[in-house]
Amino acid sequence: MAGKTLHDKLWDDHVVHQDDDGTCLLYIDCHLVHEVTSPQAFEGLRLAGRTPWRADANLAVPDHNIPTTNREAGITDPVSKLQVETLGRNTGDFGILQFDVDDPRQGIVHVIGPEQGATLPGMTVVCGDSHTSTHGALAALAFGIGTSEVEHVLATQCLLQKKSRNMRVWVNGELTAGVTAKDVILAIIGTIGTAGGTGYAIEYAGSAISDLSVEGRMTICNMTIEAGARAGLIACDDKTVDFVAGRPYAPKGENWERARLAWQTLHSDHDAVFDREVSLRAEDIDPQVTWGTSPEMVVPISGNVPDPSQQTDPDRREWHGRALAYMGLEPGTPMRDVAIDKVFIGSCTNGRIEDLRDAARVVQGRRVASNVVLAMVVPGSGLVKQQAEREGLHRIFQEAGFEWREPGCSMCLAMNADRLQPGERCASTSNRNFEGRQGRGGRTHLVSPGMAAAAAVAGHFIDVRDLH
Amino acid sequence: MEKFTRMTELVVPLDRSNVDTDAIIPKQYLKSIKRTGFGPNLFDDWRYLDPGEPGQDHSKRRLNPDFILNQERYRHAKILLARQNFGCGSSREHAPWALLDFGIQAMIAPSFADIFYNNCFKNGLLPVILSADKVNQLFFECGATTGYRLTVDLEAQTVTTPEGQMFPFEIDPARKHRLLNGLDDIAMTLDHTDAICAYEARQRQQAPWLFSGFGS
Ligand code: SF4
Repeated sequence: MAGKTLHDKLWDDHVVHQDDDGTCLLYIDCHLVHEVTSPQAFEGLRLAGRTPWRADANLAVPDHNIPTTNREAGITDPVSKLQVETLGRNTGDFGILQFDVDDPRQGIVHVIGPEQGATLPGMTVVCGDSHTSTHGALAALAFGIGTSEVEHVLATQCLLQKKSRNMRVWVNGELTAGVTAKDVILAIIGTIGTAGGTGYAIEYAGSAISDLSVEGRMTICNMTIEAGARAGLIACDDKTVDFVAGRPYAPKGENWERARLAWQTLHSDHDAVFDREVSLRAEDIDPQVTWGTSPEMVVPISGNVPDPSQQTDPDRREWHGRALAYMGLEPGTPMRDVAIDKVFIGSCTNGRIEDLRDAARVVQGRRVASNVVLAMVVPGSGLVKQQAEREGLHRIFQEAGFEWREPGCSMCLAMNADRLQPGERCASTSNRNFEGRQGRGGRTHLVSPGMAAAAAVAGHFIDVRDLH
Repeated sequence: MEKFTRMTELVVPLDRSNVDTDAIIPKQYLKSIKRTGFGPNLFDDWRYLDPGEPGQDHSKRRLNPDFILNQERYRHAKILLARQNFGCGSSREHAPWALLDFGIQAMIAPSFADIFYNNCFKNGLLPVILSADKVNQLFFECGATTGYRLTVDLEAQTVTTPEGQMFPFEIDPARKHRLLNGLDDIAMTLDHTDAICAYEARQRQQAPWLFSGFGS
């Protein structure tokens, strides 16, 4: 019999019950909750007279709606305010731990899970948010769910699921200096497309993946959903264990020793069979920048805006043409010639301390270009912010002309006041460049933190390696 | 949950691929703490010429006459015809809620994004997958015929054109059963309470650190 993939092992460990047709009742170890996708779930619980199955397996935090400036003044938008207050009331009523807006541990749900040791190797982790795939970097089975499923997990600590197929993406070789995890995942999405992973759980493997820090691995797994797969996974190794050690909710004492042993099995067996395998060479990956309205519309920084008329498939031709019209770009334009108006460094993709360090290195001793009307850094959590301030990164950014904000989702999806105006062009370290994502009519180009910083100082896209 | 059995209804063709959930229901409407009322904001950026905010009187906004859902002949459509990878992006269940609130009860496309597909079933909205060729044919016929209606029969797993041409579709039997009977997932899962408790007891022995809990 063939060996098991990491995904197989995590899955098998959590099956409570299996129906004849393969539908499984899957046990959920950790449920993360935020303000946007939970109110209707709590309302559903109340209406049915149910209570949480295991209140202490849930951790809640407001992140999508909250302001990134002048927090003392509270939330001015009454609709946002009600939603954030509703989370407070619901978690209070049902005995669920919440880090509220004033808590130093508050931050983007996918940043604080690993930061707190709340999400651990070997766990099943879910959240009403598609970027839950982030936590797979810790060798956990983590995926996003809808609000009905949020209610289902609250009420039963389980989910009804069918198993995804296994896919593995190899990235072997060595990344060149200045090329980061963000470039790797954009290159992968550029290769397999935004539907390339539909129906699969994707495991990332190869020397370039093991060489990444755990934070970099989170960036990769985070954007797995942009490749169409709900879950991304990376095997547990010494780096994973070191990353988890000592975190507030990580196992302690005897439990730590037992957990560490158990985690050693969290990798795919050498004879495991995958349904699909894809391979990229690390050396072939240059810094990436998206040109369109889908993450797969991506080119290396040396590339040009593609010409839709070169597309043979009429559907794609139409799609690319529409994207270029929305983005206000001409075919053939070198990406380096594309000038920007705003810069956003943050989000659950690139709002961790290493991301801020990467950007600060580029910015140090330089100024934001005069054509850039706003450049902002939004740390992924209160603790990331504190750490960055200890290292003096905030001063580097501020001296260069960046705004240094409070933690949250911010302009990743522009649910709060941080947004693009129609026609504005943004170099963004977030994960989605959909129409209107950062504000109606706004134009988003996805890049790594270093590339965003480089664009900020140059006023247009530029190869970050030219600034090193 | 509402049952879904069989219907013969007007079809609206949305000729775009990779329609994401941000487009289906823009983020400013996600601030609602309700499940209903999203219909007027379905495809908001495409449907209206002026920017939309929650709490606005949407009947006073300027409609984009070019957008397909605004055309009189598609006003009362209950079936949405779409292209590949419909519903990609964010996991927001507000997307199926908005479609349902608008009046859409079934969708036909060559493929749907995973989370969206799953969310539809939780709300009694039926996503039907047909091959790209067949979807193409339906787009063609729908564009060419005013008042184009399709019959979607979940029990028989077929889509039937006005000419009587019948296309079978695949669907997961368990999902079909739940949708046909309008069953509540949570109640069904709670029938397995003993199995869940037994699993927890076993895991507490094997991996006690998973039960330390966050407290509150
Ligand atoms: S940072 Fe962006 S992608 Fe991440 S959870 Fe927040 S809104 Fe979603």
